[in-house]
Amino acid sequence: MTTPVLSVRDLVVEIPTRRGVLRPVDRVSFDIAAGEILGVVGESGAGKSMTGNAVIGLLDPPARIARGEVLLSGQPIQNIGREALRRLRGKRMGMIFQDPLTSLNPLLTVGEQLTETILEHMPVGNAEARRRAIAALEEVGIPAAAARIDSYPHEFSGGMRQRVVIALALCAEPDLVIADEPTTALDVSVQAQIVALLKRLCRERGVAVMLVTHDMGVIAEAADRVAVMYAGRLAEIGPVREVLTAARHPYTAGLMASTPLAGHGRRRLRQIPGAMPRLGALPPGCAFHPRCDRAEARCRQDPTPRVEDCGGRAACWFPLAAPADRQEAGA
Amino acid sequence: MLAYVIRRVAQSVLVLFVVGLVAFAMFRFVGDPVDNMLGQERTQADIERLRETLGLDQPFPVQYWRFLGQAAQGNFGLSYRQGRPVADILMERLPATLELAFVSGLLALVGGIALGIFTAIRRRGAAANAIMTLSLIGVSLPTFLIGILLIYLFSVELGWLPSFGRGEVTGLGGWWTTGFLTQSGLKALILPAITLGLYQMTLIMRLVRTEMLEVLRTDYIRFARARGLRDRAINFHHALKNTLVPVITITGLQLGSIIAFAIITETVFQWPGVGLLFINAIQFVDIPVMAAYLMLISVMFVGINLIVDLLYFAIDPRLRVDRTAGRGT
Repeated sequence: MTTPVLSVRDLVVEIPTRRGVLRPVDRVSFDIAAGEILGVVGESGAGKSMTGNAVIGLLDPPARIARGEVLLSGQPIQNIGREALRRLRGKRMGMIFQDPLTSLNPLLTVGEQLTETILEHMPVGNAEARRRAIAALEEVGIPAAAARIDSYPHEFSGGMRQRVVIALALCAEPDLVIADEPTTALDVSVQAQIVALLKRLCRERGVAVMLVTHDMGVIAEAADRVAVMYAGRLAEIGPVREVLTAARHPYTAGLMASTPLAGHGRRRLRQIPGAMPRLGALPPGCAFHPRCDRAEARCRQDPTPRVEDCGGRAACWFPLAAPADRQEAGA
Repeated sequence: MLAYVIRRVAQSVLVLFVVGLVAFAMFRFVGDPVDNMLGQERTQADIERLRETLGLDQPFPVQYWRFLGQAAQGNFGLSYRQGRPVADILMERLPATLELAFVSGLLALVGGIALGIFTAIRRRGAAANAIMTLSLIGVSLPTFLIGILLIYLFSVELGWLPSFGRGEVTGLGGWWTTGFLTQSGLKALILPAITLGLYQMTLIMRLVRTEMLEVLRTDYIRFARARGLRDRAINFHHALKNTLVPVITITGLQLGSIIAFAIITETVFQWPGVGLLFINAIQFVDIPVMAAYLMLISVMFVGINLIVDLLYFAIDPRLRVDRTAGRGT
């Protein structure tokens, strides 16, 4: 098997506070291969974005990577230093942010922002950088790119701006793209276009994509595999069809049951009782046990299970059996 | 854009009319200048003659209209005290004030922006904290006290710099005098310029710092970092430009007040500018000089504000869009 583009191994992110050290990301491991889209889902505060920021080296202090490894094509990058990391950003790994209205500098033209990024990472001159900038805009589907390149961000619509953001993230041809809720701020009709665009670019260029979102529809549409996070820990990871239709972790199952699905008629949505614990007040053992109807003594006493400790799919001592759940979720 | 400029100019003219009215009202309500101009040995005939010469026997609206008409042509009448045209007196004094204001403004702007950026980028550093603490002094100490302290230190104790006056000046083109060309002129400029500019500099610095910190937290700065741009490009290209939009407003107003409030600095340093002229005019109830000064300052204020408003267009492309045109979101 070839080396995955991104390998995260037992990643721990810590935030020291006056009342103790918080762990927004706790021993998370996953791989993303070239041309693959890994969806990362979870509630707000589950550690999805924090994981993405840790990978690309943009954690806001005092948050820091305390342990674990981030391997980019096999090379560890979690401690290579600020300047070396800066050179990798944009060139080897790009990032797409949630809100296209605020992620572009309002006072610089789209072309200025693109050529600046290209010139920073590619050994090309101004004319060539501009040509590539136009090509990048064309590739993400901006009509009349050559004419629009000197426009300012406010002259584009929201969907078009997110296309520009994608062009910016991809203009130096990175191997890995971290898309942090790229569709959340967009209209539903535009969301589908952006998802399709990401998918196409991923397939055509062989880019590895880490797609952070809380939208199950986007996951189902775009992702090859999906990782479910809960309270900073990986709850379940696996191929998207299997996880969505036959969840093993009780949390994933609850999440699926609470997601409205189009075309399934009217059914009462189930909710998971309780709320995700705050990071400062995590229960011992499995973080989900207070809300879990399958919890037993072992869930409260044993150290927090990792996916690897429980067969590689779900971080649960008593995972659901696949066929039983299939009926329950109504799939 | 053109409509906007026309509207702003019209507003400016209106402001000037109102200031003109206030300036003119001074003639009516602040003492009787004739009493001051003629000594104890005056006769009723002397008084009447002088009133007629100065136009003080006319009705109020007529006087106001004449005042405006004359003022528009740069004619503010004769100084009660010196008996010479006010415009000539002002023109003699104006270069001194403008040079002082220019140097102070430059100091405030360059120093303020540079220190503001520095303290924002290195906001946890010891040097930045020291600057922030010291800047409190600049904000809280009154101008005249700073001037006197500087004189005490550099003129009295160290004897490096002159404590008053403009030094040797050189005439240029017959109507401008400059202190920039002689050593004594430059030396004389240092202390007053610091005194006048210090408050504005600390103000601009704190403003730039706050704005910069705000901008550095925005998504587009994060995105710029995520694209691997250099810190220098992010700080000075992406962040600074966005910082300057709000800073320009305040800075414009502050530069106006540098000219207006040069009065205190000019008094402390006996700087022969229009501010000192104004203070002396108040003592002698020299109303034409006071009125002309008022008009001059208001023209400058209004002019600077107008320039500031136009500068927005140069910096922020979002304003260049025609307001009636629809904006897609």
